[in-house]
Amino acid sequence: MTQSASTGQNVRHLELGLSDEQAIDMYATMVTARKFDERMLLLQRAGKINFHVSGVGQEVAQVAAAFALDRENDYYLPYYRDYGFVLAVGMTLRDLLLSVFAKAEDPNSGGRQMPGHFGSKKLRIVTGSSPVTTQVPHAVGIALAAKMKKKELVTFVTFGEGSSNQGDFHEGCNFAGVHKLPVILMCENNQYAISVPLHKQLAGKVADRAIGYGFPGFQVDGNDALEVFRVVKEARERAIAGDGPTLIEAMMYRISPHSTSDNDLAYRSKEEVDLHREKDGIPKYKQYLTDCGIWNEELEAELQAKIRKLLDEATEYGDKAPFPTPESTLLHVFAGDAEQGGHS
Amino acid sequence: MPVIEYIDAIRQAMKEEMERDEDVFVLGEDVGLKGGVFTTTKGLQEQFGEQRVMDTPLAESAIAGVAIGAAMYGMKPIAEMQYSDFMFPATNQIISEAAKIRYRSNNDWTCPIVIRAPIGGGIFGGLYHSQCPESVFIGTPGLKIVAPYRAYDAKGLLKAAVRDPDPVLFFENKKCYKLILGEVPDEDYIVPIGKANVLREGEDITVISYSMPLHFVEQAAAELAGEGISAHILDLRTLQPLDKEGILEAVRKTGKVLIIHEDNKTGGVGAEVSAIIAEELLYELDAPIMRLCGPDVPAMPINPPGEKFFLLNKEKVKEAMRQLALY
Repeated sequence: MTQSASTGQNVRHLELGLSDEQAIDMYATMVTARKFDERMLLLQRAGKINFHVSGVGQEVAQVAAAFALDRENDYYLPYYRDYGFVLAVGMTLRDLLLSVFAKAEDPNSGGRQMPGHFGSKKLRIVTGSSPVTTQVPHAVGIALAAKMKKKELVTFVTFGEGSSNQGDFHEGCNFAGVHKLPVILMCENNQYAISVPLHKQLAGKVADRAIGYGFPGFQVDGNDALEVFRVVKEARERAIAGDGPTLIEAMMYRISPHSTSDNDLAYRSKEEVDLHREKDGIPKYKQYLTDCGIWNEELEAELQAKIRKLLDEATEYGDKAPFPTPESTLLHVFAGDAEQGGHS
Repeated sequence: MPVIEYIDAIRQAMKEEMERDEDVFVLGEDVGLKGGVFTTTKGLQEQFGEQRVMDTPLAESAIAGVAIGAAMYGMKPIAEMQYSDFMFPATNQIISEAAKIRYRSNNDWTCPIVIRAPIGGGIFGGLYHSQCPESVFIGTPGLKIVAPYRAYDAKGLLKAAVRDPDPVLFFENKKCYKLILGEVPDEDYIVPIGKANVLREGEDITVISYSMPLHFVEQAAAELAGEGISAHILDLRTLQPLDKEGILEAVRKTGKVLIIHEDNKTGGVGAEVSAIIAEELLYELDAPIMRLCGPDVPAMPINPPGEKFFLLNKEKVKEAMRQLALY
């Protein structure tokens, strides 16, 4: 058994291959994502931004999954709630705030797309759209290309349980299964597709759908950081070994409304939300780190202060950054059109 | 110069592009061992192997979507839709994804795919093996759309499409496959996307068309020459972006224009071409702009009289050309 350097106890994260430093970094990223989300809700309520789509309650699984990947080589196809995920693979708060304020310098889309529509070639975050689950066949295509080019990498794609009903999910899974491609599909099952609850979306389990496509599917507690890390890490090992795709259904709960335009108490009760707030994985993971002897309230206070400062700076930067020029609307329809002053 | 069939020109283009660039690969239903339901990809799997000439599951959105993913990684996929009638399940991938990837990522990601799809009727294919879907995609910025008529253009445009850094829809006409033969050079060449081509010089009327109907237009023009009517024929070749200058120049030549296509009239390419002419050249015209197109019914029936009624032929085309000349 692996022992913690600081306490001498047997500890799970070391057994799973995470150093103390990485385990703490994982926690810091989750908290950063949560604080980002809360700040965006405030900015929207204050009238500073028009819209925010939230991921509160989903950060633990997102960040843990990212830490289980090869963050130098793998390709990611996140969906619109994956702030925690993109922060874990190299996007900064400043990048996110530039997107939130739709500014020219936004690396995701140059201020063209809604926030939450991630993309960065440098970080191998593949550009996404709003019609849900179109990214699943793209993840399969990138995995196919990597296999053809004999590159050792996996693609990691996320989506909600509602969008696991889309044809593109099934067509993509089937293609990946037939060709045994290195794809990890993670459903962030947050119990609601906007207002429609799980039982009106699915008669079975998302994870079981993998059986029909000839590869393994697992349900995992999305509030258990180390369990998500383990399942994604093992999926990656299988993918790299040539054993094909894995479907992971991470069970969680969308604590926030769907978006700032959504009144969630029209379709669910405050009691239900509160019940799930108590199951939040972030305090649970904090307790774990504390029990391991590698985290304490002093470090927590430092972390909170650091995040607040970064958020303040990023918000100010994003707010003050220039918008794209109006005429830049005409650019980048086709290659090289910038030289002709854009596409008319 | 060797004379080859239109279908051979398409196959040669794929073969040569795959020999030139190992990132080029073909995927689709039945394209591998069988060589395609029309034999368009015949022999390619033998030469390039199962991975580069890939039989896919029967799911068009995945064919397009997987190709888009591979293209974003840096490959140059040629995705085949068995019939253009079956590309509608892939329409979201084409319109929401392929067409917008460069734009929505502010030039960070690109999507250099080619989607080949056979269009057109005349093979007793009924409603769902005969359609011309080009008007569904025209008007979607970010897509290039080509529809060759000559064997030379089929090869040259497909090569240009493969080398293009943006998504290209390649509409090949299934009736042309074996019917249209032409001189095609052995050496490497491309036909630039976005350039129309004058097929015949004339003085009295201008006919603008693309794909299979040009076969009838050329036959009709030859016969009308005997009646003293001289027709100027422009092959659009590329439907998006349209060659505006080429169109205006061809219309200026005669002052009378007839636009012909098999796709139905309402919202078809002809509507856009006539709008361009009306915007730029209205006062130079000697006759109203005319259109001869498929009727506005959902698609052509399989019964022979119905199919014949729907489709263009030399007589219908000749009559419309004569009417315009006499105006």
